[in-house]
Amino acid sequence: MSAPAVTAVTSAVEITGVTKTFTTRSGPVHALTEIDLSVAKGEFVSLIGPSGCGKSTLLRLIADLLQPTDGTVMVNGKTARQARLDQDYGFAFQQAGLLDWRTVRANVELPLQLHGVGRSARRARAEELLALVGLEDFSGHRPAQLSGGMQQRVAIARALAESPTLLLMDEPFGALDEMTRERMQGELVRIAGETGAAVVFVTHSIPEAVFLSHRVVVMSPRPGRITEVVEVPIGARTEDTREDPAFFAAVTAVREALRGRPAGDVAERLRDVRGAL
Amino acid sequence: MSSAKAWARVGLPPIVFGFLFLAAWETFVKAANIRAYVLASPTAILGEANDRFHNILVATEHSGLNALVGLAVGTVLAVLAAALCARVQVLGQAFAPLVAALAAVPIVCLAPILNNMYSLTSTLPRREVVAISAFVPVFINTLRGLQHLAPVHEELMASYAATGTDVLRTIRIPGALPHFFTGLRIAASLAVIASVVSEYFGGLKDGLGSRITDNVKATDYPAAWASVLGAVVLGLAFFVAALLIERLVLGRQAAGIT
Repeated sequence: MSAPAVTAVTSAVEITGVTKTFTTRSGPVHALTEIDLSVAKGEFVSLIGPSGCGKSTLLRLIADLLQPTDGTVMVNGKTARQARLDQDYGFAFQQAGLLDWRTVRANVELPLQLHGVGRSARRARAEELLALVGLEDFSGHRPAQLSGGMQQRVAIARALAESPTLLLMDEPFGALDEMTRERMQGELVRIAGETGAAVVFVTHSIPEAVFLSHRVVVMSPRPGRITEVVEVPIGARTEDTREDPAFFAAVTAVREALRGRPAGDVAERLRDVRGAL
Repeated sequence: MSSAKAWARVGLPPIVFGFLFLAAWETFVKAANIRAYVLASPTAILGEANDRFHNILVATEHSGLNALVGLAVGTVLAVLAAALCARVQVLGQAFAPLVAALAAVPIVCLAPILNNMYSLTSTLPRREVVAISAFVPVFINTLRGLQHLAPVHEELMASYAATGTDVLRTIRIPGALPHFFTGLRIAASLAVIASVVSEYFGGLKDGLGSRITDNVKATDYPAAWASVLGAVVLGLAFFVAALLIERLVLGRQAAGIT
């Protein structure tokens, strides 16, 4: 039992040989087969793929909201279950999932309140987090008074409440318009950098995955599996990143991988592009 | 200033329409020379209400107290039963459909039977009819509220390793409050109806229901109408009181006090 802990010390997430099969009335559904994935501490990894490829399922396995049929999931060198009980991760869902009857601040305080943090300490922490997501002027508002993007930022602040070393995000920007989405991506990169948390981010959007991630994990359905892992060799992200040839090269590589063609090396692809110019 | 204006905009049309309706009623009764036993005129009813003000007030107090006690008992029992049914799934599955069926039953029908169960001086039968009437909507709505848990909240609470009690305290109960108040509003109106109508079928004669039936038997129709007026005022008072409590509690909740 102590053997995996040695390797896992360096990893935020260590997934080995994971299979997930759902039993349904019409027979077994193989949501995930033979998944191996490791996410380093502080690393930003996106899971991308068409609907039904099991990316959300994989995220829920890491969160211990689902349990694997086979294989092991380790978080910070512990079992996923222990990591959940220890609150090692924060989870941001596709829907903000705020409690309508609580103020914005009380929503951010929810996990702290559940885990017995005192009133003044959790108030201070919530104010700090709301400042981090740029909503310090809205702490007394109710969720219904905020736009979709603002609600999502509250949900992210809530996910960060207990300073998790791992942030799990399931298409948190899926319902937002393009402009808001890009601004949120910029903020997420900044927040991930400031908190030093590793992030596993599920998305449908290729540019989003490339802009945010150090590595993009490309998945394919029936059965859900990892087909390719694309390294994104881009430095610090700024708004100019979106215009960078390296960004486009990585976008093309991910798109090729999604089409089932080998993505190749992004750096090599970029040299080809520059050579052609 | 603007709130006074808003009041005028909301309150004025029904008041104007109400007066026009009463004026038309009065004119119709006078012009067509309608007999009082067919339809009494508003002025005759108001005159009776004025003459018998004290009697009607006392009867309204009795009916109101019956409605209030029955409503309180029915509501408390309904909330306890709903909490139990939400907690013990088997109970919910067995009990909820029965109560839903009870909603379709005219519960006032029980009044004569209950009246004969107790002595003639007992206030219990009417209050029991009220309590059963009030129980049904409060139970159904509260249970629905307690049972509702959005999938995203379920996963969120699981990610916090929260216990069932945590979920109940932080999500189910606050989420059920608006449902509870919807039930209470319906129950408040039903309570007054049940309290008045259950008196039509014998038992202790000190409320509005027996006054109405006595006046009708004595062919004093304007007086019967005057007692009906008491029941109308009582019904409105209960409804408005339920609404005010709802505003107060949900307003506090919205302000983050609870």
